[in-house]
Amino acid sequence: MNQSPPTNAVEMQNIVIRFPGVLANDNVNLTLKRGEIHALLGENGAGKSTLMNSLAGLYKPVSGTIKVHGEQVSFNSPKDAIAKGIGMVHQHFMLVPTQTVTENILLGLNEPKFFMNMPKYDQKIRDLQDQFGLRVDPTAKIWQLSVGEQQRVEILKTLYRGANILIMDEPTAVLAPQEIDELMDTMKAMVDQGKSIVFISHKLHEVTTVADRLTVLRRGVATAEGIDIEGITGEKLAELMVGRKVIFSVKKKPQVPGDVVLEVMDVSAENNKGVPALKNLSLSVHQGEILGIAGVAGNGQSELAEVITGLRKCSGSIKINGKEVANQEPRKAILSGVSHIPEDRTGVGSAPNMTITENTIMKNYRDDPIGNRWGINFTAAQSHARDLKEAYEILAPSVRTQARKLSGGNLQKVILAREITTNPALMVAMQPTRGLDVGAIESIQHLLLEQRESGTALLLISEELDELLTLSDRIAVIYEGEIVGIIEAEGADINEIGLMMTGTKRSVA
Amino acid sequence: MKFPYTLKLEKRTDDVPKWLPAATAFGSVIVAFIISGIILKFIGGEPLRVLKFFFSATFGSWGVFSDTLVKATPLIMVGLACAVAFRMKLWNIGAEGQFYMGAFFSSLVVLIPIVPLNSTPKFVVIGLMIVMGMIGGAIWGFIPGYLKAKYQVNEIITTLMLNYIAIYWNNFWIFDKWSDAGFQMTPQFDKVAWLPRLSDLAKEFKAFSGITLHLGIVFGIIAAVIIWWILERSHWGYQIKLIGDNPKAARYAGLNITRNLILVMMLSGALAGLAGMSEISGVVHRLQERISSGYGFTGIIVAWLAKLNPFAVIIVSIVFGALIVAGREIQPSGLAFLLQGIILFMVISSDVLLRYKIYIVRSEKEAA
Repeated sequence: MNQSPPTNAVEMQNIVIRFPGVLANDNVNLTLKRGEIHALLGENGAGKSTLMNSLAGLYKPVSGTIKVHGEQVSFNSPKDAIAKGIGMVHQHFMLVPTQTVTENILLGLNEPKFFMNMPKYDQKIRDLQDQFGLRVDPTAKIWQLSVGEQQRVEILKTLYRGANILIMDEPTAVLAPQEIDELMDTMKAMVDQGKSIVFISHKLHEVTTVADRLTVLRRGVATAEGIDIEGITGEKLAELMVGRKVIFSVKKKPQVPGDVVLEVMDVSAENNKGVPALKNLSLSVHQGEILGIAGVAGNGQSELAEVITGLRKCSGSIKINGKEVANQEPRKAILSGVSHIPEDRTGVGSAPNMTITENTIMKNYRDDPIGNRWGINFTAAQSHARDLKEAYEILAPSVRTQARKLSGGNLQKVILAREITTNPALMVAMQPTRGLDVGAIESIQHLLLEQRESGTALLLISEELDELLTLSDRIAVIYEGEIVGIIEAEGADINEIGLMMTGTKRSVA
Repeated sequence: MKFPYTLKLEKRTDDVPKWLPAATAFGSVIVAFIISGIILKFIGGEPLRVLKFFFSATFGSWGVFSDTLVKATPLIMVGLACAVAFRMKLWNIGAEGQFYMGAFFSSLVVLIPIVPLNSTPKFVVIGLMIVMGMIGGAIWGFIPGYLKAKYQVNEIITTLMLNYIAIYWNNFWIFDKWSDAGFQMTPQFDKVAWLPRLSDLAKEFKAFSGITLHLGIVFGIIAAVIIWWILERSHWGYQIKLIGDNPKAARYAGLNITRNLILVMMLSGALAGLAGMSEISGVVHRLQERISSGYGFTGIIVAWLAKLNPFAVIIVSIVFGALIVAGREIQPSGLAFLLQGIILFMVISSDVLLRYKIYIVRSEKEAA
């Protein structure tokens, strides 16, 4: 036996993890070399998080071995994994909003022993920040921080606990573009200093920018194990993930838009903090047309979706098929034929503890055949839900399954199924594909285009420029609550849109 | 030496079997009895004899069973009141006050009197008392509901405080205006305002003599059926559940949360008020101090143990009715409370079985 440190930080061999009725991981191997960024790709439900949770001590594999720095380990709890230097940054943050950054980082540790000498710890955390370029004020309270900053706190938490193997579960899903760049720099700084990182992601271009090697999972089986990132194309990766060639250019048919459905005129509104978020904004969407709204997050997109769907008060006029709906109850908008794919699937678009059936009838529980005058026919509701489950390929044990047990993609399909069955005149879709895997993105985009073909007017709000260019007929750029330009999507210049998104150029088409 | 087996908890990813919640609740009660028995043994009692006595004192004969049901009656209605509000995650802990207001308002029918008692048929008087009792409770539910809907006032605080107002409001009238010769009670009501009892039929059926079970239990059962239908089969019940689970989703789905909040608090209050009416018209036959032995608070436990299921509320109420009756019979009387506490504890802990799957696995051999 030689005594030099092994080059592999983690070796997972023939890992099998089984859930009732599902083989989540089937003989998966993963080797994480010291000082590398190893990307783990796969569709939702492919078993990525499961595999990593077993490395973080949350699940125990049925069979297989895990070696950390050459030593075989068996974790009974996350504590054991932390003791071996393994830290996981989860997709959903586990922070206490009313406490400071330092307090959150120290939470659960055996320090400070008795006296709360916070400045000393603030300084310790500042030192740690300097080392890895993770800027965040240690004395700030969590609720004051942006999502990106909160994520940095989560990373600092694992680093403070001495982690040298970091697992990052879809860290970029919640970040704005410039925050993603900063995160990538941090990740590089960390590997430069000897840390090893497993990076779970859906976004192919991020993987190719930052990772050294990659492993791809599909339905619990590894379709690529630790291959080099060099020379891998996006198409090849997508094929490994979904097992068939993905048509990246979802084709939209040429189509002549019909009458005006949505007409927004001189609308102004405030955000939750009372700051003007929309300033005299005007736009219109026609039948069978997708109007894309491009812009950097936080420029009034959420507020725009909310004023149209009746969830936010505003001044000005909003007409659906000529009928005024501004400042009405949300129900008025629904009855006027507005359907809404909200930005926040779990917080707004669904009821987590209710079943798939109950979630699918949220908007038509009064209508025949599900509803009668006072009651709901749950037999009809169930068969309605079963039909949708089949038609939209929603993967779940049954329609009795609670919404919170669904993966992001399947939950989004439930929401989309519900919103489409109302036969909307206007569909407001906000970030409909965010955080979803390639296969789900494709099917959701197809569903949106089908809506367009059937004559629905769509307002598509997205931060993915590629998506907007593929799906939209026209693209309006929003900047600080104003539409700074509307251009035809056909032959649009990305640089021009990019400039408008930062507020430097205005053009009207 | 390491224990060769360990328990392993795994989060459920599949659906919970339909029979499991009922099975765990039932199992919890059995386990609670066993634990109480062990404690009793420990302090030098005879668990089996106590258990036997417990059953004979509560379910042993028609007479004692009727006592158990009489105690269960207000609990059913108050339990339903809490279950309705809790479904919407409205923490109404003011059922006690709503109970008193129900009792007070229904008493007005007799004490003012609203109708001439000697010439009005019994069913009209009783019917009027029911309506008044429910209105009284509903008013006491409306106040915190309105404050929460319009001004976001925490309903836990307001409902709790309104309890005391209701009790002292009641006291004012029975100590002063309607005091019966200086006692803290009103004169006994005219028989026309009494709910029919089984003992009224003693002339025809000898077996019924001395059986004090009154019509209130029928109100409770009818209320349970109606509430079940509302919660499980109606538009309104669906709305209540949706608002309770995710108010943002409910607003997004076009529901009027403000209106529902007030209505649910009023329904909850009306049910507790009905319990108050049933208690004074069926048991005490006058308005007096301490008509409730904390039914409003026990109702919270009942609703919780019944997992907010209206039919389960009936069963749990009977168990708690038995505990109240047994508490009078068994010495030390604290034993019944001990059992109550342990049952609650067990049922709440049994939720783990619904949320996790538990396996017993052989521990790994430690590497030498």
